[in-house]
Amino acid sequence: MKQRRWYLIIPLFLLALTIRAQSVKVVKYEDLERLVRVKDDTLNVVNFWATWCGPCVKELPQFEALNKTGASKKVRVLLVSMDDVKTLDNKVKPFVKQRKLKSKVVLLNEPDLNTWVDKLVPEWSGALPMTLIVNEKNQVRKFIGKPVKEGELQSIINQL
Amino acid sequence: MKKVKTASFLALLLAFCIQGTAFKADGYKVGDEVQDFSLKGIDGKMVSLSGQKEVKGYIIAFTCNTCPVAKTYEDRIIALNAKYAAKGYPVIAIQPNDVNASPGDSFQAMQQRAKSKGYTFPYLSDETQNITKAFGATNTPHMFVVRKEGEKFKVAYIGAIDNNQGDPQAASQKYVENAVNELLAGKTAVTTPSARAVGCGIKWKNA
Repeated sequence: MKQRRWYLIIPLFLLALTIRAQSVKVVKYEDLERLVRVKDDTLNVVNFWATWCGPCVKELPQFEALNKTGASKKVRVLLVSMDDVKTLDNKVKPFVKQRKLKSKVVLLNEPDLNTWVDKLVPEWSGALPMTLIVNEKNQVRKFIGKPVKEGELQSIINQL
Repeated sequence: MKKVKTASFLALLLAFCIQGTAFKADGYKVGDEVQDFSLKGIDGKMVSLSGQKEVKGYIIAFTCNTCPVAKTYEDRIIALNAKYAAKGYPVIAIQPNDVNASPGDSFQAMQQRAKSKGYTFPYLSDETQNITKAFGATNTPHMFVVRKEGEKFKVAYIGAIDNNQGDPQAASQKYVENAVNELLAGKTAVTTPSARAVGCGIKWKNA
C-alpha cells in the first residue's frame, strides 16, 4: 500500500519538471555571474543567443543534445537569451515552449554590454551566437565567438 | 646544451610569431592606420577611402539587410550621414555577409533595400570578406570611425552606434556621434574609443 503512493508522486514530479523546463527567468548580471562561477567540478556551457538570431536558433539543438545526453565530462548547459525583455512573453516564452527546450533558459536583462562584458567575457564583441565554456575551480575556459557546426560542440568539450 | 638553448630560443621565436599573426587576424585597433580598399557599390561603381578628397574622415558601417539589430539601427545610420556628411564625415556602409549563407544580403537585395530606404551613402559589397577581416568586424552593425591624417586614415572609434538598441531617444550614450563631434572639435583621440552592443555575427564563407 505504501509503495503505491509513488505512482502519484512520479507524475507530479514529471509535471513539475515540464513546468520548470518551460519557464524563463529574467536575470541581471550578478545572477548570471553566480550561475557561471559555481565552484564545483561541472563544466558550465553557457550559450548566448536570441530568438531573432538565425544561426543561434540553428545551433540550439546541439546544446539541447548536450544537456540531454551529457558528454565525456559533467556538463551544465545554460541558455542565456539576449532578447529584449519586452519580448519575454510574446516571443521568448512561446519559443522555448514550442521548441520544447529542456535546458535551463534565462533572459539576461542587461542590454548595455559595456557595463558587464569586460568582467565575464572581454573577448566578446557582442556578436551572437557566443558560447563560453567555463569551470573556474579547474581553471577551464573556452570562448567560442561564432556558431558551432554540427558535432563541433561535443568535440570541443572532449578536448578540454 | 647549446642545441637545447637554440631550440628553446627558436620555440620562443615561433611562439612570438604565432602570437603576432593572431593579433593581426583580430583586425584594426584604435589608432591603427587603415589600408585603403576598393569595393563595388550598389550602383556598380567602385568606392575607396581616397575617392572623396574633401572629407575629414568616414563613418564606416558594417551592416546588412537581414540582421534584426542592423534593421533597428538602419534609420540611425541614415541619420548619421544626414548629420555628418556635410561636416566632413560621410557614411560608407559595407555588407560583410557571405551571400550563400545569407541570400537576403545578395547584391540585388542590397540594391532594393537601399532604394526603398533611400540610402544617401554608398552601400558596398565585400564579396571576398577580406576588408571585413582586415577591419576585424565581427557583427552587424559594427561601426568604425576613421579620421584623415594627411593622406592616411586612422581608426578613432570601434563599436556600437549607441547604448540603446530598442529606443534611440532613450540612449544615454551616442558613441558614434560623440566620437565624431570630438574629432570635429579638433581632438585626435576620443573619450570613448570603443563600446560593445549585441549584434548578429557576420556570416562567413565556409573555410
